[in-house]
Amino acid sequence: MNLRDDQIDRYSRQIILPNVGGSGQGKILKAKVLIIGTGGLGAPCSFYLAAAGIGRIGLVDSDKVELNNLQRQIVHITADVGVPKAESGKRRLNALNPDTEVVTYPLRLDSTNILDIIKDYDIVVDGSDNFPTRYLVNDACVIAKKPLVHAGIFRYDGQIMTILPGQGPCYRCLFAEPPPPGAVPSCQEGGILGAVAGILGVLQANEVLKFVLGSGELLSGRLLIFNALDSTFRTVKVPKDKDCLVCSDHPKITKLIDYQEFCSLKKRDCSSK
Amino acid sequence: MAKVKVRIPAPLQKLTQNQNEVIAEAANIKELIADLEKRFPGIKERIVDETGKIRRFINFYVNDEDIRFLKHDETPLADGNEVSIIPAIAGGGR
Repeated sequence: MNLRDDQIDRYSRQIILPNVGGSGQGKILKAKVLIIGTGGLGAPCSFYLAAAGIGRIGLVDSDKVELNNLQRQIVHITADVGVPKAESGKRRLNALNPDTEVVTYPLRLDSTNILDIIKDYDIVVDGSDNFPTRYLVNDACVIAKKPLVHAGIFRYDGQIMTILPGQGPCYRCLFAEPPPPGAVPSCQEGGILGAVAGILGVLQANEVLKFVLGSGELLSGRLLIFNALDSTFRTVKVPKDKDCLVCSDHPKITKLIDYQEFCSLKKRDCSSK
Repeated sequence: MAKVKVRIPAPLQKLTQNQNEVIAEAANIKELIADLEKRFPGIKERIVDETGKIRRFINFYVNDEDIRFLKHDETPLADGNEVSIIPAIAGGGR
C-alpha cells in the first residue's frame, strides 16, 4: 500500500515505531472495527482508533446525546445534545481524520441483527452498558468467530479482556451467565469518573491496534483489572472453560439469546449504550 | 487457619464500610466466606446462592488463580495469600 505524503506526515510518530512502519500503517488503514456504544468506553476508543487511521469504523448506538454524557463521552460536544450518538460520533471522527470511513448503526442490537452487522468487520469492541447486550455480543462473536475486545466499568473499577474465538476463553468462560434481576446494584447506584472510562476505552483501542498490527501479547486468557483509587493494574488468569455454555466442544447455547433488561428503572434510563 | 488479604469489589464495599481491602482468617474459601459474614453481616448472601454455591457472576481468585479451576470453595488458603472477589460488571459509561 502506497501512503500519500500527508499520510506519511499524519502517522509519522507511529510509522517510526518498531513493529509498525509503512506496512503496519497499511494494515491499520485497511482495518475494519465495529464499536458497540459511543459512550464512556466507545467514545475514547473510537477517537484514538480514528486518529490512528483505522480504515473503517462502525458505530452502533441507539441513543441521542444528553448533556450528562459529555462529562466522559468525548466524541460528543455540547452542540450535539439531542443528536443521535452514532451520527454525532461520526461527525467528530470525520473531522479528526478523513481517512477513516465511519458507518453508523443507530439501532439496538438484538439476536436478529447482530450477526449481519458484525460480519463486515475484522474485530469488535464492546462498549455497551448492560448485561443483555454484553452476553449477546459475546455469543455472536463466538458463533461468528470474530475477535472481541470486552471492557466494563463500575465506579472506580474497570475490567478488560480480549476474546479470540477458537483460541482463547470467552466471556462466558469467565462469567457463565448474567446475574438475575436485582442481584447487582442498579444503574442509578453507579456513577463513573470520566477518566476511568477513558483509561479502559483507550486500553480497548490499544488491544485493537495490537490485533491489527499482529504485535505484542493480547489480553487473551487474562483479565486486566484497574482500580482508579489505588492506581493499580492487576491481571488474573482466565482459563478456557471446557464446559463453557457457548465456546466449548459441546455448547448448550447454539442460538443467540435476547435477555431481558435487568434494571428496574424505566427502560430509557438504563438501556443500551 | 491462614491470615489473608481480601480485595472487595466496588458493589460490595457498602457492606465493608467502604473498605476495598480487608483481612480474613480461614483455611479455605468456604471458611473465608463465613469469616467475612461474621465481620460484615449480609455479605454472604450477596456472594452465594440459596444452596450455598458461589454465584455464577462472581469469581474468587487466590493470587491470580480462579478457584473454579482449583478446588472451588474447598481451595485451601495459606498465610499471605491474596484473595480477590471479582464480579461481572456491565457498565460502559452511558
